[in-house]
Amino acid sequence: MRIKEIIEKLNLTVYFSPEEDAEITGGYACDLLSDVMGHADAGSIWVTIQTHQNIVAVAVLANLPAIVLSRGVKPQDLTIDKCRDESVYLLGTEETTFEMTGRLYDLGIRGTKR
Amino acid sequence: MTNYHYSKENYREPPIADADEDHISLSFPIEGGDFTHAGYGSSEIKRTLKKLAADPKIVRRIAIAAYEAEINVVAHAYKGRISAVISSDAIRVFIEDQGPGIPDIEQAMQPGFSTASPKVREMGFGAGLGLPNIRDNVDFLHIESEVSIGTILQFCILFRNE
Ligand SMILES: Nc1ncnc2c1ncn2[C@@H]1O[C@H](COP(=O)(O)OP(=O)(O)OP(=O)(O)O)[C@@H](O)[C@H]1O
Ligand SMILES: [Mg+2]
Repeated sequence: MRIKEIIEKLNLTVYFSPEEDAEITGGYACDLLSDVMGHADAGSIWVTIQTHQNIVAVAVLANLPAIVLSRGVKPQDLTIDKCRDESVYLLGTEETTFEMTGRLYDLGIRGTKR
Repeated sequence: MTNYHYSKENYREPPIADADEDHISLSFPIEGGDFTHAGYGSSEIKRTLKKLAADPKIVRRIAIAAYEAEINVVAHAYKGRISAVISSDAIRVFIEDQGPGIPDIEQAMQPGFSTASPKVREMGFGAGLGLPNIRDNVDFLHIESEVSIGTILQFCILFRNE
């Protein structure tokens, strides 16, 4: 599914949006960065409450095109700057991680299969 | 001094690039505790591999292993360096640090084992999954460590498609 469609359907806050659209092929939700690197499939949208700029490094290295900050947490300025440098979508929602992943699932986004 | 060795079944050490062969060497310093610049070396390695049009799946494995090793220096040691040699058939990455060293590497390799500080955990590190992640992504891994001196971690990833 195209990320623009997800943003619109779930009414996500956009902290940074690169010019290019991105295709989302899966989803992952976790706040432990090593777990995300170890288990999130490339192409996943990633739901987390971590706001430090290291999340952008993780997204880039693991080929995750979009990060959703849940529960209304706000990104640090450096995190937004890094998303701009690296062309990563940085999105937000007031909903909890649980609610957000449920909504993504409703849209047809599926998690990494173990 | 303690050490740890892992290599994938049927891993065969690729020849070290000789002086005539085209190879690319990269090297970057790592500063302990500096989470703002952490991961710079891994990103540069990834950028270089992308320019060389390497297989994205393999680039991802390399980037993740390099980043985990780099973050371990930032989180657990004082200072270090990450270096990579890219040749036609493989990449070799060396991460060395001056730091507290790892007293029991077998234990450190266990998923979930971590001595990370609360500050490091707050940022989402310290799950004790970094070293297991490195092992799962590489074809060859060797770690040497001496308590109160430091740690040398090296890995190799082959470019062949699996
Ligand atoms: N370069 C290093 N110097 C000193 N100790 C290290 C080093 N790398 C790893 N360790 C030790 O090994 C433990 C396990 O490392 P590992 O990378 O698996 O987990 P972590 O760094 O604690 O957490 P995570 O990687 O999930 O963020 C560390 O907590 C630390 O005690
Ligand atoms: Mg680690």
